[in-house]
Amino acid sequence: MAKLKLACYWAASCGGCDVAILDLNERILQVADLADIVFWPIAVDFKHHDVEAMPDKSIDFCLFNGAVRNSEQEEIARLLRDKSKIMVAFGSCAHLGGIPGLANFNNRTQIFERAYLEAQSNDNPDKTLPQTSSKVSEGELELPEFYDTVKALNQVVGVDYYVPGCPPPVPIISKVIDAIASQKLPPKGSVFASDKSLCDECPRTKGEKKIKKLYRPHEIIPDPEQCLLEQGILCMGPATRGGCGALCIKANMPCRGCFGPLPSVSDQGAKMLSALASIYDIDIKDEVAMAQMVEEVVDIAGSFYRFCLPTALINRRRM
Amino acid sequence: MRNETQVKKSGFEPKILAFCCNWCSYAGADLAGTSRIQYAPNVRVIRVMCSGRIDPTFILRAFQVGVDGVLILGCHPGDCHYIDGNYKTARRIHMLKKMLSQLGIEDDRLRLDWVSAAEGKRFASIINDMTERIRALGPFVR
Repeated sequence: MAKLKLACYWAASCGGCDVAILDLNERILQVADLADIVFWPIAVDFKHHDVEAMPDKSIDFCLFNGAVRNSEQEEIARLLRDKSKIMVAFGSCAHLGGIPGLANFNNRTQIFERAYLEAQSNDNPDKTLPQTSSKVSEGELELPEFYDTVKALNQVVGVDYYVPGCPPPVPIISKVIDAIASQKLPPKGSVFASDKSLCDECPRTKGEKKIKKLYRPHEIIPDPEQCLLEQGILCMGPATRGGCGALCIKANMPCRGCFGPLPSVSDQGAKMLSALASIYDIDIKDEVAMAQMVEEVVDIAGSFYRFCLPTALINRRRM
Repeated sequence: MRNETQVKKSGFEPKILAFCCNWCSYAGADLAGTSRIQYAPNVRVIRVMCSGRIDPTFILRAFQVGVDGVLILGCHPGDCHYIDGNYKTARRIHMLKKMLSQLGIEDDRLRLDWVSAAEGKRFASIINDMTERIRALGPFVR
């Protein structure tokens, strides 16, 4: 069999997904045996024009990490989609919008003002903001256009498979590589994770869930055996797809929801809100307690939509 | 009642989705009908077995598909046919309102209230009041 051709790209994300691929350790050699890397800006020296010169569908699979928040990322997403047989949304940002998707609580103007004018570390007396084109003595310079709204990869191009996680855990990446190597791929549109909630694979003991108060993780030392939610720690487990191996839970930290909603769920945040409000054991006529409940989840929308705002039903703040 | 000229002037008729529980509020809506109480025609009623059945997803979905306001009507506290369904709803809606404010959705667009099977008049006045509030806010534009 001829060697496969592999492309990787990093759009609006932190770079952790690229590192996660390298975390395969010695298995990365198997990847090198299996596939030729034809484009991977962080690791190899092929350029945009090299990809443009390739025939359509000549790349066997593309691992695309990161959300799409500017015109350059959109252009490369479209280019790689044209050139790739299989497009994989790799990691929470490409899958759901991820942490960069939280920018949808603001718009471009607010983000630029904060980043380039207000931030204390700035030295910008001329109040310069990024422009898509600017004239200098040498000619005209261009920058990609920064969008108002961050999008997940499948809101820009067609996506064949999803690999969730922030970043995707190594066993799942191995599974993807094995599936591609053996040509035993699941149906298109599949997510490489469990179809059950994280609670299903969580090793902790679970009893009746009733809480009087919510604690932030730094406020208490949680019992390592008991369900975190029962101890009053906001754990996104009930509303999150399993398959990660409960990594955070095993480190005594609550789930933050990076694997996204369960297969039949359209809105992870709404589900978590529903679950949490149900187990609060307070009197609804007690206005003080009700107000306190809302305050205790310090940033309701930000916590419940931490990784999935661009793909939620209401995918941005109305301005 | 609204008069015709008022409607023409604004040109906007709010679309309101009301979820009514089977045991109290839907019966209250029925009573409003059989008592021939007139109320604004802007409401579309969906019957659910209990207000506790209303997943916050339904409410977000309603806004997503272009409803201007969502009304949740359940049994008065203590009267729930399923003992505590409406208590859960009250906590959920309270939390959801905070989340909606973060998403830039006005507080008046979502309302939780209690209507018993004997309160046909109350049902009609809640619908009228909600309709006027949404009319004042204008259409829900995403």
